[in-house]
Amino acid sequence: MPTIVERHKTLEKNITLLGLCSLLVVAIGGIVEIAPLFWIDNTIERVEGVRPYTPLEQAGRDIYVREGCYTCHSQMIRPFRDEVERYGHYSLAAESMYDHPFQWGSKRTGPDLARVGGRYSDSWHVQHLKDPQSVVPESVMPSYGFLAERDLDVPDVAANLTALRRVGVPYTDRDIGRALADLNAQADPEADAGDLAARYPRAQVRDFDGDPKRVTEMDALVAYLQVLGTMVDVNAAAAQEKLATEKGR
Amino acid sequence: MADNHKRAGRLDEATRTETVGHEWDGIEELNTPLPRWWLWTFYACIVFAIGYCIAYPAWPMLARGTEGMLGWTSRGELDKEMKQAADARARTVAALADMPIEELARHPELMRAAVAGGAAAFRINCVQCHGVGAAGFKGFPNLNDDDWLWGGDLKAIETTLIHGIRQPGDAATRQSAMPAFGADGLLPPEQIEQVADHVLSLSGKSRPSTAGARVFADNCAVCHGPAGQGSRQFGAPDLTDPIWLDGGSRAEVIAQITRPHMGVMPAWAGRLDPVTIRMLAAYVHSLGGGEEAPAAMPASAPPAVPAP
Repeated sequence: MPTIVERHKTLEKNITLLGLCSLLVVAIGGIVEIAPLFWIDNTIERVEGVRPYTPLEQAGRDIYVREGCYTCHSQMIRPFRDEVERYGHYSLAAESMYDHPFQWGSKRTGPDLARVGGRYSDSWHVQHLKDPQSVVPESVMPSYGFLAERDLDVPDVAANLTALRRVGVPYTDRDIGRALADLNAQADPEADAGDLAARYPRAQVRDFDGDPKRVTEMDALVAYLQVLGTMVDVNAAAAQEKLATEKGR
Repeated sequence: MADNHKRAGRLDEATRTETVGHEWDGIEELNTPLPRWWLWTFYACIVFAIGYCIAYPAWPMLARGTEGMLGWTSRGELDKEMKQAADARARTVAALADMPIEELARHPELMRAAVAGGAAAFRINCVQCHGVGAAGFKGFPNLNDDDWLWGGDLKAIETTLIHGIRQPGDAATRQSAMPAFGADGLLPPEQIEQVADHVLSLSGKSRPSTAGARVFADNCAVCHGPAGQGSRQFGAPDLTDPIWLDGGSRAEVIAQITRPHMGVMPAWAGRLDPVTIRMLAAYVHSLGGGEEAPAAMPASAPPAVPAP
């Protein structure tokens, strides 16, 4: 009867068998770590308020990704006291469930932006994007002033929303049908926004970039920044209590 | 291959270690066992992992993950830590929460605690616009001076913090709007230049302009006052002092009259708790320009204030 050490030698000396068994071991690791996230109920918290981004916010998000903001800014406040005291309530998985792709990140050169919405005025954002050092002298952020000069040009707004719907973002047919109208109405307080506010609760309708005559990329980016982290009322006492006592996640 | 293995298990003479049996041109491979310390560390890690899986949340199951015997969660841990920090501050916080902010000046010890807490909160929430030293930037007011747009006593500062300035969606926010005299064609360019000269003459930066004074009286005095001393009711800046929020050059004053920049400050009510807002008010008040509460205050504050 050969010992286990002897038998292990068979594995060591047969490259195909070793490859197959390695694959098996790694696969088990992956299945145990990743697969359950798709069926475990409490992966995504049940919280009120998360809605898909409006077309304007989504366009701003696309600019955020295009400009590579994520290389310096994360959007994930971790549940530690230092982070919570600085950035606000820790991020919930539910808050990025309609993000494709998510912007969590684990490296910060600039601050975390998960709850930047409502923290500064629109004009601060515009000034800061045009000339970051004018308000934060020690900042190393480059200038994004050109965003204010470029008209927001989204070739097919409805197609963007349709693509997002295919990966699970619950846009309705009406959302998609009115996508372009919604996009323009949100940046123009004079325009008739229709039922925008009903379909996108708490959507902020105003001119974001200080130039009411046109819709620029700056409008879209500031609209996106101003909605970040504001959808869920995370500071409600009941929600806090529930999240703190939840087990098995 | 078989030839390579024929000497498996032979003891090497120099080291007394078994060989694996491979041999190429007389060169053999020793089958040196793992160091004992390494092997035992490895076994200890396995034992630790089993204990860890039992004590802490580890394995995802069908409906949820295992909870672990200790009942530890990262969010619960944070909650505990935050409560501990809150407990340490509880006495000050309770005293501050109960006291109308106007009373604060009469309790120096509490005031000191509030100013210290406010300084910390200021560094997190306010420096982005008002600067680390609270000296502000162009368009963002300096909080160190005694030139207040909306009022500089504790109560007024607290109100500004709670409701913000021109905060969209806050009904009680401080609200006012300066007309875009140039952009909307309310005044022709030459009149804007005249009134700019008049405004600059108020602080001695330009020679008086009679025409400008007339335009000022007709268009600007409503909010900025006949002498240009400003009005806190509308957050209209004092134009007679040398402090300029949006720049004091002629071009900047003309730009401001043509298409005014009107500052927006977020309402902090939903974002910071009432006590932190109160601490911030105390801190901003302490920076140098803090004013006494207006004397006409009715004595309606609750008489009994618990000692801190």
